[in-house]
Amino acid sequence: MRRVVVTGLGTINPLGNTVNTSWNSLINSDSGISKITKFDVSNYPCQIAGSIDDTQINDEIVNARDQKKVDRFITLGLIAAEEAIKDSGFISENNNSFRFGVMVGSGIGGLDTIYKNSSILDNQGIRRISPFFIPSSLINLLSGHISIRYNLKGPNSSPVTACATGTHAIGDSFTIIKNNKADLMVCGGAEAAICPLGISGFSAARALCDTFNENPKNGSRPWDKDRSGFVMGEGAGILVLEEYEHAKKRNAKIYGEVKGYGMSGDAYHITKPSEDGNGGFRAMEMALKESMLNSDDIRYVNAHGTSTQVGDLIELSAVEKLFGSNKDLFMSSNKSAIGHLLGAAGAVEAVFSFKSLETNTLPPTLNLDNPSIKTNINLIPHDAISEKVKNVISNSFGFGGTNASLIFGH
Amino acid sequence: MSDIEERVKKIVVEHLGVEEAKIQSDSKFIDDLGADSLDTVELVMAFEEEFGCEIPDDAAEKIVTLKDAVTYLTANSN
Repeated sequence: MRRVVVTGLGTINPLGNTVNTSWNSLINSDSGISKITKFDVSNYPCQIAGSIDDTQINDEIVNARDQKKVDRFITLGLIAAEEAIKDSGFISENNNSFRFGVMVGSGIGGLDTIYKNSSILDNQGIRRISPFFIPSSLINLLSGHISIRYNLKGPNSSPVTACATGTHAIGDSFTIIKNNKADLMVCGGAEAAICPLGISGFSAARALCDTFNENPKNGSRPWDKDRSGFVMGEGAGILVLEEYEHAKKRNAKIYGEVKGYGMSGDAYHITKPSEDGNGGFRAMEMALKESMLNSDDIRYVNAHGTSTQVGDLIELSAVEKLFGSNKDLFMSSNKSAIGHLLGAAGAVEAVFSFKSLETNTLPPTLNLDNPSIKTNINLIPHDAISEKVKNVISNSFGFGGTNASLIFGH
Repeated sequence: MSDIEERVKKIVVEHLGVEEAKIQSDSKFIDDLGADSLDTVELVMAFEEEFGCEIPDDAAEKIVTLKDAVTYLTANSN
């Protein structure tokens, strides 16, 4: 059986523009959430987000002129991809480049570019629409750009499964390598939806936190009794997945292994998760089965944990149901520090999961002052803890009732 | 250098990210200055905006060098 390992990590997110800077901030209990300043939010019910300051965008990776030709989600994705591919030390040679592919998705894609061009069309007419409008906003163009830049001619695709996108991208890439359709996949997700249309749309769906506008850093508080919705974040997470023998042959540094991947559908509601948590439960169960581990082998859950009323409890109960026999279980939500990166969330959280495996450190759940429910699971409030874990599970659940889980281990 | 040529050159520098010194009057946008076909569409849009005119597609197709642009705009801009 072909095994799949991770040999490169990259991210840009509200806590930093590299894996190490953002990881160090994360375990230092820093928050990346702040007041939105890019556009006037004075009339918006939610005025906070995990934004990336423009000074964090490295012009040497995507120059200013090229940034104008692509939506921000593509720029962020290319920055994370550069770090991950460099980290992996891999260079695609022409003779077998068809064995190396790309699968990077986005939940929403170029929403702000679509908004701006729509306004140009209405106010200035058809002749002012840029020829770069469509290629800058299409979701799969990020995978396209990465393939062109790094000569990756293998499988090329982009999942679009709302907030589960990043996790599906990694899981699907794992499956592709396992089934011998590629030896290496650059995969993950990117998102940049902190724009007028993005914030107002999620606000209208009553999904965003609207009670912490004056205290942004306290807004994202998974499982806490005062949580009132998610806080949006932006950024990208990219991983280099590689077949084990291929990685070994070139002496690549190996962070760990992708051991199992599960997915499911709720068949219940367009935005709400099914109340019995059955969808999330089945995704985790499927991943566990593929990993051939026992439920006791999983010590840490990198939760979806968005800080919404219903979602947090449903995930917790599904985790208790599957792993409840484990008396020594830890679970935390990276979203408490970086917000919800939508289609990039699962990918950035996978990057952090591998850092947990590498450093034996479990990141905290910020702002968890008063849990709204009793549980035996250690939700790691406020401060990171040192704990050696051999296997972790990472969850992502999305609008439309789509669920995905990945198991990573040593 | 005429005023029109200077303005055209400025647009080419901005849109294609090339150094001004490298642009000759007969430099071809695609072959010599590294533009791709979508860049040339955007260049023509920028000329239209700068010179307040509309360049029909059949005329735009014939603008392949700086000189072509200057000649067209000298004859057709307001």
